[in-house]
Amino acid sequence: MTQHDYHNHHDCFHLLNSLSDYVDGELGEELCNEIERHVADCEDCRIFVDTYKKTIYLYHETTAEPEIPSDVRLRLFHRLNLKDFLENSVGEAQE
Amino acid sequence: MNQQDQTEVEFSLEALQNGDQAEFARVVATYSGYIYRLALKMLHNPQDAEDVLQDTFIKAFHALPKFQGQSKVSTWLYRIATNEALMFLRKKRPDTVSVEVPHQNDDEEASRPLQIVDWCCLPEDELVSDEAREQLDRSITQLPESLRLAFVLRDIEGLSTRETAEVLEISETAVKTRLHRARMNLRESLTAYYQGKIPESV
Ligand SMILES: [Zn+2]
Repeated sequence: MTQHDYHNHHDCFHLLNSLSDYVDGELGEELCNEIERHVADCEDCRIFVDTYKKTIYLYHETTAEPEIPSDVRLRLFHRLNLKDFLENSVGEAQE
Repeated sequence: MNQQDQTEVEFSLEALQNGDQAEFARVVATYSGYIYRLALKMLHNPQDAEDVLQDTFIKAFHALPKFQGQSKVSTWLYRIATNEALMFLRKKRPDTVSVEVPHQNDDEEASRPLQIVDWCCLPEDELVSDEAREQLDRSITQLPESLRLAFVLRDIEGLSTRETAEVLEISETAVKTRLHRARMNLRESLTAYYQGKIPESV
């Protein structure tokens, strides 16, 4: 395993600070090209950019649907005195 | 609510302000899943997440007469929920001084050498194994709270930078900075974890 001391590499450090915008597609074309040119020549930064992107990808990939377990939902509606408004299918599942 | 499904449901502001139960029930039905997911990511414990979920909607119900509709219902709920989550975390650890990232550590953090290991090549089933998922969740929990919130809202809930800024009541620049630091932090954690999974790592 290697470590990279980014403070001693001006170009690499510069890249690091723009990475978030780069990955989110919020960076201008010129800066994008600059990053891509740098990455082609700098193996550490290539790995860094890849693992940074992959980190975000993995979080997207493993994010569950915004679903709520039916028992949690049932208790929520009861707590809010809204049990009359529970859809039948959800209410039945529990009792 | 989400960049992918940008279909913000329409609610009657008047009905909500009058405390109309049926209308509020629609709000709860629409957003409880999102709020629960946020709470789970913030607290990493289903029981705590359920408490925050319930408290969020109780607070929201009481605040309805004052809701002016200046922000989206979702943004408004996220703001209440993030405050509830932070209060919950503080109650649990009363000794914790501040939710802000300590600034004196900024330089230290920025100058720390970064781990360079190419773990992207690992097969997908290893990257998203049950153990890896657990590690992904644990890494979020270890983030400082303010970074965690920015990350969860942007990268988990899929809010835009502007919406996140609105929820957290900070500038868009601050959102970007926190998000980047959170991602850097998580990348380091995942690198430490996946590194051990690479055969004959040198
Ligand atoms: Zn470089």
